[in-house]
Amino acid sequence: MGKRVGMEVAIASAEAAALCKFDVAAVYPITPQSHVAEHLSDIVNDGRVDASFITVESEHSALSAAIGAAGTGARVVTATSSQGLIYMSEVLPIASAMRLPIVMLIANRAISGPINIWNDHSDIMPMRDTGWISFFAENGQEVVDMTIQAFKVGEDRRVMLPVNMNMDGFQLTHMVEPIIMPDQEEVDRFLPPYVPYAALHPDNIVSMGTLGLPEIYAEAQKSKDVALVNSIKVVKEVWKEWEKQFGRKYETIQSYRTEDADVALVTMGSMGETAEIAVDELRKQGVKAGLLKIKLWRPFPFDDLKKAVQGIRVLAVTDRAISFGGPGGPVCSEIRSALYDEPKRPEIVNFIIGLGGRDVQVENFMDIVRRAAKGKLSEPYEIYGVRG
Amino acid sequence: MLEIRWHGRGGQGAVTSVELLALSAIEEGKYAQGFPSFGPERRGAPVTAFNRVDDKQIKIRSGIYHPDLVVVLDESLVGLVDVAEGLKPTGILLVNTTKSLAELKKNIRFEGKIATCDATGIAWKELGVPITNTTMLGALVKLTGAVKIESLDGPIKERFGRIAPKNQAAAKRAFAEVKIIN
Repeated sequence: MGKRVGMEVAIASAEAAALCKFDVAAVYPITPQSHVAEHLSDIVNDGRVDASFITVESEHSALSAAIGAAGTGARVVTATSSQGLIYMSEVLPIASAMRLPIVMLIANRAISGPINIWNDHSDIMPMRDTGWISFFAENGQEVVDMTIQAFKVGEDRRVMLPVNMNMDGFQLTHMVEPIIMPDQEEVDRFLPPYVPYAALHPDNIVSMGTLGLPEIYAEAQKSKDVALVNSIKVVKEVWKEWEKQFGRKYETIQSYRTEDADVALVTMGSMGETAEIAVDELRKQGVKAGLLKIKLWRPFPFDDLKKAVQGIRVLAVTDRAISFGGPGGPVCSEIRSALYDEPKRPEIVNFIIGLGGRDVQVENFMDIVRRAAKGKLSEPYEIYGVRG
Repeated sequence: MLEIRWHGRGGQGAVTSVELLALSAIEEGKYAQGFPSFGPERRGAPVTAFNRVDDKQIKIRSGIYHPDLVVVLDESLVGLVDVAEGLKPTGILLVNTTKSLAELKKNIRFEGKIATCDATGIAWKELGVPITNTTMLGALVKLTGAVKIESLDGPIKERFGRIAPKNQAAAKRAFAEVKIIN
C-alpha cells in the first residue's frame, strides 16, 4: 500500500501527476511553482512517462497549449502560480467551456503589487468564477492524493471539467515531509485511461471552441454551471472510492472537534493543522473551540456547510485574500451567503490573515477565537495584525 | 519536538542539509520537516533553513522562532547576524570554528551551551573542499540524537552518489570530534 517517503511537496505533486501517466505537460516556471515545472520536465526527459513536455514562452501559452493538447484527447497537466495564473485568466474559462479535464497544480502565491512571491490565496480568488473545480490541500499527502483524484473527477463523463489543485506556495511547495506515495499499480486501478468525449483528429472532424451567438450563449453558460454544480456528487463519489482503496478520508468540509463547539474557526489550505493545535490548546483552557477546514472551494459545498455549522454559536472565518471594496474575504462572503436563508445561523466574523507570506502562528488563531467569542467586530472584516 | 535553525551563506548547502536530515528522520519512521527560509536567496548572502523532527505527526506550519539547536556553517556570520536569536536557554549553539569560547563570546549573546566543530578542517581533509554542510550534520546528530548517525548514509548516498563515501566519512568524523566547550 504505497511507500512512505520523505519528499519536497512540489516534487511530490509532479510525481503524483506522473503516476497518472499524463500525455502532455505544458508549463512555464514561476516561483514558488518552479520545482513542479522542473520536475515534470525531468520526468518526461527521463522517459518515465510516455509524454511530451511543451516548453512555452508564457503562462498564457502554457494553458493555450494545454487546451490544444487536451482537445486531441490527451491527458494534460499544467502548473502555475500568482502572476502566471492571472496571465492565464483569458484562457481559463475557455478550458472549462470546452469541457477539457486539464489538471492544474497551483502553488498559491500573492499577486503584485507590491511584488511579493510569498503565499496567500489572492491568485486563485480572482479566478474563482472561471468554471474550474478547485481543491485546496492542507499537507503534502493531500497534495499527492488530490492531484490523482483531480484527473479522475475531471475526466468523469458526468463532469468533463478542468480541475485546479491548490497548494500553498512555500508552506507546502518547499517543505520536505513524509508522504505515502501510492504504487503505480494502485493508481492504475483507481484511475482508468482517459477516454475523451470528443477529440480533434484529421480523420474525424469536430469543431471546438466555436462562436456562441446570443441565441445560444446563455444556454452554453448554463450548461457549464449545471456541470460544475453537479460535479460535487462525483467529487464525493471519487473521494469515497479513494478512502476505500487508500484508507484516507476526504470531505468537502472537514470538521475538527466541533461536536460541542461554541466558536469554530474556518480555514482553507495549509493553515488547517496549525489551527488544530490552537483548538487543542483552547480546549485545554476550557474554551469550546472547533475548526472547519474547507477542502472543496468550487463547486462550493453549500449543503455540507449548513450541516457542519449546526450548533455553533460563532464562526471565525479566516481568509487569505481581500475582495477590495467588497464584503471582506471571498471565503467569508461565500459562507455568509450560504447561511443567510437558514432559520438559525451562527454569528459570522471575518479575519483576513497571512497575506503575502505573513506568518500565522498558533497564538494568532487562539487570539482570533477568543475575540470571535465576544461576537461582532467593529468593522465588517479585519485584516489581522495589520499596522496603521 | 526538536526544532533546528541553520545559518549559512547561499551556496554552502544549508538547504541541502535540512533536506538530508528530514529524509534521514523520515526513513527512520519519524516525522520531520525540512524547509528553507522562504524567499529569494543569493550566493554568498546570509541564509537560514529549518528542521523539525518528532516521533509524532508534525502539524505546525508556522516559522521556527525558538529553536532547540542553532547550527552555524560559516563562522563569519557570528556577529554579522544574531545567530543565537530566540535560541532556547536550554538549547545548544553549534558553530563551525576553531575559535575559543572567549573569542566566540565577544560576538555571541547566549548563556547556554555552545558546541564547536572544526568542520572546515574536516571537510578539507575528507572532501578536499571547504563545504561543511554534511560534516556539520554529523555534529548535529551527536548533540541532538535527532537520528542515528548511520541513518544519514542513505540520503547522503542518494544525494551525492560517487562522492557520498567522503561526505559520510566527514559526517562521522564530526560526530566523533564535536565538543560542548562550556
